[in-house]
Amino acid sequence: MALDKSEVEKIAHLARLQLSEDDVGEVTKRITDILALIDQMQSVDTENVDPLAHPLDVVQRLREDEVTEHNQRDELQKLAPLSEDGLFLVPKVIE
Amino acid sequence: MEWETVIGLEVHVQLSTKSKLFSGSSTKFGAEPNTQANIYDLALPGTLPVLNKEVVKKAVMFGLAIGAEIGKRSIFDRKNYFYPDLPKGYQTSQLDFPTVGKGTLTIMLEDGSEKVVGVTRAHIEEDAGKSLHEDFHGMSGIDLNRAGTPLLEIVSEPDLRNAKEAVAYLKKLHSIIRYLDISDAIMAQGSMRCDANVSIRPKGESKFGTRTEIKNINSFRFVEKAINYEVQRQQDVIEDGGSVVQETRLYDADRDETRSMRSKEVENDYRYFPEPDLLPIEIDDSYIEALREQLPELPEAKKERFMSQYGLSDYDAGVLVVEREMADYFEAVAKTGGDAKMAANWVSVELQGLLNKEDWEIGECPIQADRLGTLIARIKDNTISGKIAKTVFETMVEDPAGVDEIIESKGLKQVTDTGAIEALVDEVIANNPDQVQQLRDGKEQVIGYLVGQAMKLSQGKANPGQVNQLLRDKIK
Repeated sequence: MALDKSEVEKIAHLARLQLSEDDVGEVTKRITDILALIDQMQSVDTENVDPLAHPLDVVQRLREDEVTEHNQRDELQKLAPLSEDGLFLVPKVIE
Repeated sequence: MEWETVIGLEVHVQLSTKSKLFSGSSTKFGAEPNTQANIYDLALPGTLPVLNKEVVKKAVMFGLAIGAEIGKRSIFDRKNYFYPDLPKGYQTSQLDFPTVGKGTLTIMLEDGSEKVVGVTRAHIEEDAGKSLHEDFHGMSGIDLNRAGTPLLEIVSEPDLRNAKEAVAYLKKLHSIIRYLDISDAIMAQGSMRCDANVSIRPKGESKFGTRTEIKNINSFRFVEKAINYEVQRQQDVIEDGGSVVQETRLYDADRDETRSMRSKEVENDYRYFPEPDLLPIEIDDSYIEALREQLPELPEAKKERFMSQYGLSDYDAGVLVVEREMADYFEAVAKTGGDAKMAANWVSVELQGLLNKEDWEIGECPIQADRLGTLIARIKDNTISGKIAKTVFETMVEDPAGVDEIIESKGLKQVTDTGAIEALVDEVIANNPDQVQQLRDGKEQVIGYLVGQAMKLSQGKANPGQVNQLLRDKIK
């Protein structure tokens, strides 16, 4: 299965990755190679194999429902480019 | 052409846990912005999720309550999209192996018949934060307190055929969730949210039409209005020769209409894949059976019991069991009052009327169950008449005193002293010679009028049974 340029551009957009014109060709080729590998894997008969969600053969451990975190807003907001009134500020996201 | 409506609902409920789904941050409502958002909720690099035990328990309890298959091995997936109130860039959710599988919910239709509605699945996922778009000099403000709050998304089959059925389904779901006490489920506060998938097709057609998804519906009433608006809109589109476009639409309650969201906001390409940071959850039979033991009596079972134990009608029992708090209240009233049918009447008529009028929840009502029970006991033992009881009831709203105190201090005690009643009866006979004669001539219905006159004279305090008997004795 081969991808065309517009599909690669769409995927890049969904992943918020900026690709230059030059990059698109190279990336398209590499993804197509990866898809070829996937095609090869899909040709294996997995009829009686359970889907694998995780390579480790262990199950999830659960924690008690307790509040263990305290307010660290001031420290954490120092990491953000902009904040005001306790809110993180980001470029406007509504049209 | 005659059209048939097809509706499926996606309902999100916030599970009421103390801490978040994957972090130890508090989930308390109404805190200062970002004071309940820790490094995991902010998606700082290197942080990892640790799953909250209580969330799994609440999800499984819901599954058991709707007779669903419980996923013995459920798996989390990443649903990828970018929005600033979701700092990880993906929502951790469940796709192919949800914790709760297929189940059913029985709803009561308007004509009194029952309908079984399929529940496709219910999966665990995390809530996003909140974006505020006003007053930030052209920027958006982000509050991540809600980010990571546990949600259960309950997806119905497309089994609902009109807006009223959709509301009945939602109300039943609400009732069960409140009985289980797994969520506050308050639509106005967003702890229960509903999206509706709506399509129409010519009656008799088996294929589904193109559906639209309506979002932003935040009350039971709006569910009905939004669906009705959307059904009419789709009919108009098709009858004008157009075709319905599959899209997400927002319900605007102020204008009572749905409108299309811009295509950019609904890029439905989530590129799900299994969440590598979480292992599969395994749930064994002994865990399930232990939880089944803990389930409370659910609305349907309670209704059956109310009918057999208290002799209530199907309708009365149905009304009383909708809310668990109401059902408990009724039982307490019935116990103190010693008469279940009277208790059912007082609770569903007088008390419900009061709650509606004042917009109170049962817990806020100043007439507690033991006081209403005592009031009924006083009717039963002839201390007061049913009519006077209504006066006492009204006084109780304002006056926190005991029922007996109120009756005493207001002088409302029923007059049962034969001498006093005899005086009343004599007065009525003297004042109404014509009616007395009519009664003597065998016109039975006149007795009602005469009793009424005597009650009036006593300001409602005479015992009507005694009055009736004395009148008959004297006129005979």
